[in-house]
Amino acid sequence: MSKPRIAFGWLASCGGCEEAVLDLNETLLFDVAPQVEIVFWPVAIDAKLHHLEAIEPQGILACFLNGSVRTREMAEMARLLRSKARILFAFGSCAHLGGIPSLANTTTTRDLLETAYRSAPSNAGRNKHLPGGAGRVPPLTAWAHPLKDLVEVDYFLPGCPPPPALVAEAFLALLAGKLPPRGHVFGEEQALCSSCSRLPKKPEDLTIGRLRRVYEVEAPADECLLAQGLLCLGPATRGGCGERCLKANMPCRGCFGPPADVADQGAAMLTFLAAHAPVDSGEQAVLQFTESLVDPVGTCYRFGLSPAVAGCYRESSKTGRTRARRG
Amino acid sequence: MSKFEPRIVGLMCHHCSYAGADRAGQSKSPLPTGFLPVRVMCTGRIRPEHIMAALQQGADGVLVLGCHPKDCHYRTGNLRARAAVGLTSRLLEGLGLHPERVQLEWVSAAEGEKLARVVNAQARKLRRLGPFRPASG
Amino acid sequence: MKKSRGISKAKAKAGAKVKAGAKARAGAKARADAKARAGAKARAGAKVKAGAKARAGAGTRTIRINPVTRLEGHGRIDIELDRNGEVSRAFFVALEFRGFERFCVGRPAEEMPRITPRICGVCPTAHHIASTRALDDLFEVTPPPAAEAVRELVYNAFFLEDHLLHFFVLAGPDLVLGHEAPVAVRNILGLVQHLGQEAVRKVVETRKVARAIIEQLGGKVIHPVLGLPGGVSRRPDGQTRELAARAAALGRQTTELGLGLLRDRLPSVAADRRWDVLRTHYMGLVDEKGRASFHRGEIRVVGPAGNEVARFDVHDYLEHIAERVDPDNYLKMPYLRQVGWKGLVDGADSGVVRVGPLARINAARSMASKRAEQERQALFTHFGGYPVHDTLAYHWARLVECLQACDRLEELSRDPVLDDPCIRNPVGLPSGSGIAAVEAPRGTLVHHYRCDSAGILTGVNLVVATVHNAAAINMSVERAARAVIRAGEVVDEPLLNQVEMAFRHYDPCLACATHALPGKLPLVINIIGPGGTVLRRVRREV
Repeated sequence: MSKPRIAFGWLASCGGCEEAVLDLNETLLFDVAPQVEIVFWPVAIDAKLHHLEAIEPQGILACFLNGSVRTREMAEMARLLRSKARILFAFGSCAHLGGIPSLANTTTTRDLLETAYRSAPSNAGRNKHLPGGAGRVPPLTAWAHPLKDLVEVDYFLPGCPPPPALVAEAFLALLAGKLPPRGHVFGEEQALCSSCSRLPKKPEDLTIGRLRRVYEVEAPADECLLAQGLLCLGPATRGGCGERCLKANMPCRGCFGPPADVADQGAAMLTFLAAHAPVDSGEQAVLQFTESLVDPVGTCYRFGLSPAVAGCYRESSKTGRTRARRG
Repeated sequence: MSKFEPRIVGLMCHHCSYAGADRAGQSKSPLPTGFLPVRVMCTGRIRPEHIMAALQQGADGVLVLGCHPKDCHYRTGNLRARAAVGLTSRLLEGLGLHPERVQLEWVSAAEGEKLARVVNAQARKLRRLGPFRPASG
Repeated sequence: MKKSRGISKAKAKAGAKVKAGAKARAGAKARADAKARAGAKARAGAKVKAGAKARAGAGTRTIRINPVTRLEGHGRIDIELDRNGEVSRAFFVALEFRGFERFCVGRPAEEMPRITPRICGVCPTAHHIASTRALDDLFEVTPPPAAEAVRELVYNAFFLEDHLLHFFVLAGPDLVLGHEAPVAVRNILGLVQHLGQEAVRKVVETRKVARAIIEQLGGKVIHPVLGLPGGVSRRPDGQTRELAARAAALGRQTTELGLGLLRDRLPSVAADRRWDVLRTHYMGLVDEKGRASFHRGEIRVVGPAGNEVARFDVHDYLEHIAERVDPDNYLKMPYLRQVGWKGLVDGADSGVVRVGPLARINAARSMASKRAEQERQALFTHFGGYPVHDTLAYHWARLVECLQACDRLEELSRDPVLDDPCIRNPVGLPSGSGIAAVEAPRGTLVHHYRCDSAGILTGVNLVVATVHNAAAINMSVERAARAVIRAGEVVDEPLLNQVEMAFRHYDPCLACATHALPGKLPLVINIIGPGGTVLRRVRREV
């Protein structure tokens, strides 16, 4: 009996998800790899596009696809892999939610290009014409998209990148034929707070007088960071990451996306903050508290500023104020 | 060409501002036709998602009207609203929303006139700003 | 008055447009025909299964290698053949773009060490440390010695494991198994068969231990979080020294394994690679004694003859590094501003400069460790003296640097400063600008931030490692294509792999190089007359 075929694809990605797979080390090289035929994996294997195209539809058991959709060619690749694979995993924050590059959705592609080709201080000469237009490079899509905006996704592996244990869980479930129902997001259902090792020391009254920036605080190794005034996205973030950032004393930035049954991670974080505002100290204290939140866009939606959020509140140029340049 | 009449979602608390709105109605202080009153028991009930959903679903502006500080029937619910509106406004401005579209004011049950004034002022602002048409994803 | 000027101007424009339009239509039709022929032929060629062949024949066409593999990033190689079937041009084309320099504006400056690593998940630590140092500059703070030691420990561990990744997983299969090995074998899995499980387990173990250091101190190995202005976020613990010593020991063994493989295979590989000798400038960081440094110091540039051409602090980088923007090109090409851009040529008069391992060992007066310096000298002897221009030598230089990383890891494992509890110095609000450079494994990396009085970023400029090599990679790929693709001969898959090997020497990271640009190397050829006018412009649709 022939081995099941597996493919790894990447779109607008950083390569970290590839490294996450390689970090399975012996499990990958000596346990998983011998059981499968890896038919496409550009970082490690020389299979080319024509090899992929030659595979019959649904001829691949599973494809693990990372990266967000940022160019038309990537949109085509996403559709191609969807057609060739029976099961499609959105691998990592970019494929799951849009990832950090989805912060580009705060502005237009023209603005992105102008920054690079006109205003960068190291550019030589005055550059009258912006490069652009069809034909030269695959044109950019108007927005950076998570995978599910374009194709139907069967499973989601959250994280930037997903931790090796989670990746191994998905691989082994796949090979054993024991995957959960389609649509499942791996990881825990509840927020990170529920499983955080600092939970026992979380104060009963977690009123936050003022949010502080990470350079203002030397955080103790075992106490709740929100109690120190640090903006930790634990309450609005799915657990299952092993609290890796917290182990280095840095607050969560939400790379696993929202917990189960929460649609909007940023809004959920703001709700948590409002619930812990210093209301017993009066209106002025509350206003100071709200002012102390720096860059809500870039912090509460860092890993998933999807077009659905980014576009919904941006004034079109015909009405109101043109889009804000600051987060 | 028909005149633009802004749709304003008004989130008002049962004990103070909603009663104030009743009063404005009784005293025949006209409220703009686009004003959509929504009653909650306390503005403390309001979450960022409500404000965001209102804008997503066609509102040109959102007004949160609660009890004056110290008058809240549920003690500090109105200040929760102050926090929620403050945080949400900052987020939405960062996403490109004009800051005047989302406002919070304190209005007591006796202040029918004030309520009418506040709502009409918001309507005037929004007529100047124009309809909220998102860039959309 | 204004109105009539406007109208006549418009008329003139319209007239020009009509002429241009007619010309363009005629030109476009010809190009479209050529493209259709080229496209059809290329597609026919491309759909050929592995092992089958395509003949280079009459009529121009384009051979496309899509995607390029065993590197980081999205890319394609376009090889254009003339009517005689000879290579006329070859292009190394990057196909991705995300726009970090724009969307980082508006973010709090101190968040950059957690955002910029997402430029690249293969070298996130390079961005993380560069970013952290730029913050030190922005906040005008000097970290305490223990924090510097932690950062250096993390950085050397990273250098070691990243270089080993390239040698064994990315480029190794070509070097060890040969460029003609079948696709199914020519990869890390095939290397397991060839070298045996034990050898590969050793490589895996080395990387695991080195990466464990980064994870322990940085929370995550992919996108670590330890960097703060003025220090680091957590202290080393009991395990740290042990891991560092173990990484050094394993690293040496694995590096010697690599050196052995390279020495065995070099004669047969080098015979094929005579074409890829580029006499360029070289750039790298050096310490106060001119020794190769991975993460601090001044930037030193030497010319093709080994003479020092420049030595500067990163704060002056804009006086020395310019990026060429061509409205018909997407990938900017950095060059030495004071030498000037002379095109895709090498030589002392050309501003083309290379970065990365070979460039660093050329740009430095010596390595900072004895064993590494010994191996550097062996490299020079083998290639006939200093400086070395053979691109193939990048692989050897990479292993030289591994030796330095191992030595430094061992030193740090014994350093009492790791017990010092002070890991942060206090900071106030940042303002103005902050600039820092490190050597990423693939080359010199500059992070430059500007912020307002609230510490929110107003400007970000990043000059990222691989992009410095864009010109050289193009040149190497074209030379390889010319050398291996001959008219009338079969163009098969192993041959195309040889062309790909030309970029693999550089260990390119296209996510890094294109962080800001839809990276694209020229698909426009300007034929320029003696007066500097463009006589003809040849474009290829991609």
